Amino acid sequence: MSEQPKAAVSPTACPRLPRGVRLVHNEAQGGWLLLAPERVFKADAISAEILKRCTGETTVDAMVDDLAKSFNAPRDRIFADVTILIGGLADKKLLEL
Amino acid sequence: MLAPESMPRPLGLLAELTHRCPLGCPYCSNPLTLDKRSDELDTETWARVFCEAAGLGVLQVHLSGGEPAARRDLEQIVKAARDAQLYANLITSAVGVTAERMRALADAGLDHVQISIQDSEQKSADHIAGYEGASQRKRALAAEAVKLGLPLTINMVVHRANIERVEPMVELALNLGATRVEIAHVQYYGWAMKNRAALMPTREQVERAVKEVEMLRQKHRGRIVIDAVVPDYYARFPKPCVGGWGRRSLNVTPAGRVLPCHAAEVIPGLEFWNVREHSLEDIWRNAPAFNAFRGDDWMQEPCKSCAMKEKDFGGCRCQAFLIVGDARAADPVCHLSPHHARVEELAQMRDETAYAYRG
Repeated sequence: MSEQPKAAVSPTACPRLPRGVRLVHNEAQGGWLLLAPERVFKADAISAEILKRCTGETTVDAMVDDLAKSFNAPRDRIFADVTILIGGLADKKLLEL
Repeated sequence: MLAPESMPRPLGLLAELTHRCPLGCPYCSNPLTLDKRSDELDTETWARVFCEAAGLGVLQVHLSGGEPAARRDLEQIVKAARDAQLYANLITSAVGVTAERMRALADAGLDHVQISIQDSEQKSADHIAGYEGASQRKRALAAEAVKLGLPLTINMVVHRANIERVEPMVELALNLGATRVEIAHVQYYGWAMKNRAALMPTREQVERAVKEVEMLRQKHRGRIVIDAVVPDYYARFPKPCVGGWGRRSLNVTPAGRVLPCHAAEVIPGLEFWNVREHSLEDIWRNAPAFNAFRGDDWMQEPCKSCAMKEKDFGGCRCQAFLIVGDARAADPVCHLSPHHARVEELAQMRDETAYAYRG
C-alpha cells in the first residue's frame, strides 16, 4: 500500500507533468507508461486516465467530475483515488501542482 | 533459448558515445583499454541504432561515455534520439560543456540531464576528479541546466574519501535545483578495480551512510528524490544486476559492440556482435553474448534451486567472474555463495597510497 502523500492536493489545483516527465503509449511494452528521469513507471488503466487529464489546464475538481461521469462511479471514491495518486506522484516529482 | 513470444523487451539503451573524458575519476567503471576516437560510430549509425532500439521497445536512451559532449555532433545525436521517439537522457561530467552548448542541447529536445559531482568539498572533489576547477564548472552548468528548465539529477559516487558527506551532498543538490540525486556507492569494475583498496569504505561508514540516506529521504520527501546504488561488498544478497541479463537493457560501446551490460567484456569467451554488421533486433535475439545468461539454464547451485533467482537472477555475472573466476557461479556477494568469505576479505583490504589515475 502506498503511504499517505506528503503533498497536499487542493481541489482547485491544475496538476501537470513537468518537463522531463512524459506519458506515452507503447504496444511493445504493453500499454501506458510514464517516462521520468532515469525511471519508467507502468500506468494502469485508471492511472493513465487520470494522467491524461494532468495538462495544467484542468482542476482536480473538474477532473474528478469528468471521471465520475465517464466511469459511472461515486464521486467521493474517485476524489480519494485521484488525490492519493496525484499527491504520491507530486512527492516523487512526477507531477507539478 | 527462449521462444520468440517469451523474448523479453528492453526498456533502456546505454549509448556510450565516446570513451574520451577530461576527468580521471579513480572509480571509473569503463574498461582498462578504451575504444579509440577513430573507431567511434558516426552520427548516422547512432540514428539508425536509435530507430532500431525504439522498434525493439526501448523507451529511454542514456547518452553516456566517457564525456558525451566530447563529440561535436552531440546535438544531432540528441535530436536523432527524440526523432526516434526515445526519452533522451544526458549523463555528463559537465566539464567542457558551455552554457551555449547546454542551450543547444535543450533546444534539440533533451529530456533530462545528469551531472556528476565528486564531493561537496570543492578541493576534495577536484582531487577525486583529477581536474583542477572541475567542481566549479559542474556547479555552474547545473545552474544553467535548471535555468533552461531542464530537470536535473546530481550523481554522487560514494567511497571512503567522501562517504561522510552524504548529507551536505544532498543539500548541495537541492541548492542547485536538482529534483533527483543519486547516491551511488562505487561498483568495482573496469578501472575502479585498480583502486578498490583505496576506495573501499569501512562497514561502519557504509552502515551510517545507508541510515543517513533513509533519514534524508524522509526529511526531503516531496522536494527531491533520493535514489541509492547499494554498496554490494557489504551486502548479504546480490543486486539484480541490470534487471537480469538480456532482459531490460542493452549497452552500445563507442565502437558499436553491443553488450548486455556495461562491464560484460571482462568475461572471457563471450561473443559480442557489432551494430555495423547486425541490426539491434538480430543482436538482442541472437547474439551469443545475449543468450549466454538468459533464463536459468546456465545457473549452478546455490542459485539453481533458490527461490530468489526470479528476483536477483543470481546477481552480477561480471562480479562472479572477477571474484570467483567463473561467470556461471553465484555472485559471491550472496551469503549463500561458498565464496562469500572472499568478498568480506576484499572489503577489509585498505590501501592508503595515492589513487591510480588513467595515464
